[in-house]
Amino acid sequence: MSVFGIFAVLPVDPAALTCGKTCTPTIIEANRHRLGLDVPVQVQYGRFLKGMVVGRHYGEGAAEFKCPAPAFGYSFNRHECVTKLIGDAFPITFSLAIGAFILWISIGIGLGIVAARNKNQWQDRLATAFVLIGTSLPTFIVGILILLFVALKFHLLNPLDLGRWISPYQDPVGWFKLFIFPWIVLALLFAATYTRFTRSNIIETSSEDYIRTARAKGLPERDILRKHTLRAALAPIATIAGLDFAGLLGGAIITETIFDLPGLGRLSLKAVLQDYDLPTILATTILAATFVVVANLLVDIAYAYLDPRVRVA
Amino acid sequence: MRSKPFLEVKNLNVAFPTRDGLVQASNEISFTVARGETLAVVGESGSGKSVTSLAIMGLHDRKRTQISGEAFLNLESGPVDVISADEEVVRKLRGKAMSMIFQDPMSALHPYYSIENQLVEAWSLYNEGSKEDGKKRAIEMLDLVGIPDAKKRVEEFPHQFSGGMRQRVMIAMALINNPSLLIADEPTTALDVTVQSQILQLIRDMQKEFNMALILITHDLGVVAEVADRVNVMYAGKIVENGGAEDIYYRPDHPYSIGLLNSIPKIGELESKRLVAIPGQPPSLINLPQGCSFRARCSFSDRVPNNLCATTAPSLDEKSSDHFSRCHLTEAELVEARKEIGGK
Repeated sequence: MSVFGIFAVLPVDPAALTCGKTCTPTIIEANRHRLGLDVPVQVQYGRFLKGMVVGRHYGEGAAEFKCPAPAFGYSFNRHECVTKLIGDAFPITFSLAIGAFILWISIGIGLGIVAARNKNQWQDRLATAFVLIGTSLPTFIVGILILLFVALKFHLLNPLDLGRWISPYQDPVGWFKLFIFPWIVLALLFAATYTRFTRSNIIETSSEDYIRTARAKGLPERDILRKHTLRAALAPIATIAGLDFAGLLGGAIITETIFDLPGLGRLSLKAVLQDYDLPTILATTILAATFVVVANLLVDIAYAYLDPRVRVA
Repeated sequence: MRSKPFLEVKNLNVAFPTRDGLVQASNEISFTVARGETLAVVGESGSGKSVTSLAIMGLHDRKRTQISGEAFLNLESGPVDVISADEEVVRKLRGKAMSMIFQDPMSALHPYYSIENQLVEAWSLYNEGSKEDGKKRAIEMLDLVGIPDAKKRVEEFPHQFSGGMRQRVMIAMALINNPSLLIADEPTTALDVTVQSQILQLIRDMQKEFNMALILITHDLGVVAEVADRVNVMYAGKIVENGGAEDIYYRPDHPYSIGLLNSIPKIGELESKRLVAIPGQPPSLINLPQGCSFRARCSFSDRVPNNLCATTAPSLDEKSSDHFSRCHLTEAELVEARKEIGGK
C-alpha cells in the first residue's frame, strides 16, 4: 500500500510514458483512460486489489484485453500483464537462488566445521583466508572476473546463451552450465559469512557445560559433534539461512545483471531505472516483501521445532 | 578396616601451559577412595579440586594439558591407569565405571533434547536393548532420584525443570549405568539452601544404594562434617591435609585448615564478632614460590627453625594416626596453634 502511495505522488505521468515523443495529448488521454489512470487514487487502489483476486480488464471493445488473476496490473512499456513478466522471470531467479543456496550452505557449514575442529591449525587459517577474501571482494568484481576469465575464456559458457532461459526440464545440462557460474559468484559471499559464523558458533558451543556432560557420559567425540554440538551451533544459522534465501528470491540484482539473467532482480532494476514501469515495480516489491514475510514465518516455525524452549506451552 | 580402594591416585600432577608460564593446577596429589566411602575435597577456588577430578575423568584436553602420575581404577577385570591409558579406553570407562555431576545443573543438560533422549542416550551406550527398554530404565532412575510423576516428566525438556529437579536428573543420568565411582563437583553450590540438603541426602542415599566410591568436591565445611568419611584439604594445587572427617574437623593439623575452620561463624556466640578470615590471598599457580605455598599467610611459620618454610616445601607427613599434613610444625606445636586460634 505504501508503495502504491509513493507512485501516486511521483512527479511522473505514467500515461505519458506509454508512447514515445510523437505522442499527442489525445493519445495520452486515451491511454490514461484505458489503463484506468483517470480515476482517483483510492479507486485505482481498489481496482488494483480487486484485480489481484479476480483478474482485470483494460480498455473496451476491440482494444479490450484481460490480465487473469492474480493481476498485478499491466506494464504499459512492455505491453504485457505484469503477472506474465513475473512468471517468466521467477524461474530464473529461483534457479539462481536455490543452486547458490545449496552451494553456500554446503561450503559454508562444511568449511566452518573443518575450521572449528582444527582450530588454529592450517585448515583453520586457510578457512580464515577464504572468509577474508570472500567477504571483502564485492560481487561485481568476482562476477566479472569469473565471467570473463573463467567462463568465457575457457569456453565453459556459450555467450549466446546469456540472456536466455534454459529450462532444467528440457535441457538439464544446459541449465546447469548456464547457472553454475552465477551460483559460484553468489555463493562465494554467503559461504564466507556462513563459514565464519559456523566456526565461531561451534567453538562457542564446544565450551558449554552440556558438551562436557556429554563427554562425561562416555559419548565418542564423533557423536558429541554430530548430535550435541552441531544441533546447538546450527540452529541460529538455520534462521539466517531462511531469511537470506528469501531475500535472494526477490532477485539478485548484481549477479543477474553481470550474467545477463532476466530474473526478478533485473526486471525490477529495469523497471525502476529505464521505464518507470510502476505496476512492475509494485509487483516485484510486493513479491519480495511476501517472500521475506513468509520466510520469517517458516523460520519461526522451524525454530520452535529446533529449540524446544521457544515452543508455546 | 577399609576395603581395597577402588580409586588409587598416585602423585598426580596437572599443569596448563599458558602464555605467562606453566600453571601448576594440581601437584603431587595422592589419595584413595574405596567403594562405599566418601572422600570430601575442600579448598578455595583455584586450589585444584576440580582440575584433579577432571583429570581422573579424562576430561582435560590432552593437547593443552600436561598430566603426569597415575590414577588406578581397580575394576573387576584388573586395575587400569586412567592417566596413561588410551583415550578410547578411558572414554569407555566414563559413564560406566566412573561418573561425574557438575556444579551448575542449569547449563549441564542439553537444552534441545528431552530428558528421555538424554537419559536413554547414556543408557544405550553401555546396554543392548530397545528404546522402550531404555525409557523404562530412565523412568526407573527418575523415580529413584525422587522426581514425581516420572513417567510423564521424562518426556519434558530441561527448561521445564527447576534447578533442584535438574540436579536430580543429572544424578539419575550419572547413575544410570551403575558406576562404581561418582565424582560430585560442588553439586549443591548453584542451588537454593533448602534444596541443597535434599540433594546432598539424595547423593548419600544413592551412594548406599549403588555402593559407590564418592568424591565430593565442596567448599562448604558444613557439608564435609555431615557426609564425609575422609577429607582432603587442598591449597594452591596441593593436598595440605588428609585424614578422617572427625580428625580434620576437631583436630585440624595444618594452619590452613585451622584457619578455615575458625572462619566458620558459630551460631549462639554471645558477643557479636566480625567474621574471621585468613589474611592474604592464595599465591599464583604460575612459578610457585620456593618452600611452603601457605607461608605468606601462615601465622606460625616463625616458629619453624632455620627459615625452613621459605626454603623447603613440606611433605605430606603422618602427624598422628592416619592423619597427614603438609607442615613443618610438629604435632605438639600444631596442637598449641589450634588452641591459640580457637581461644581468640
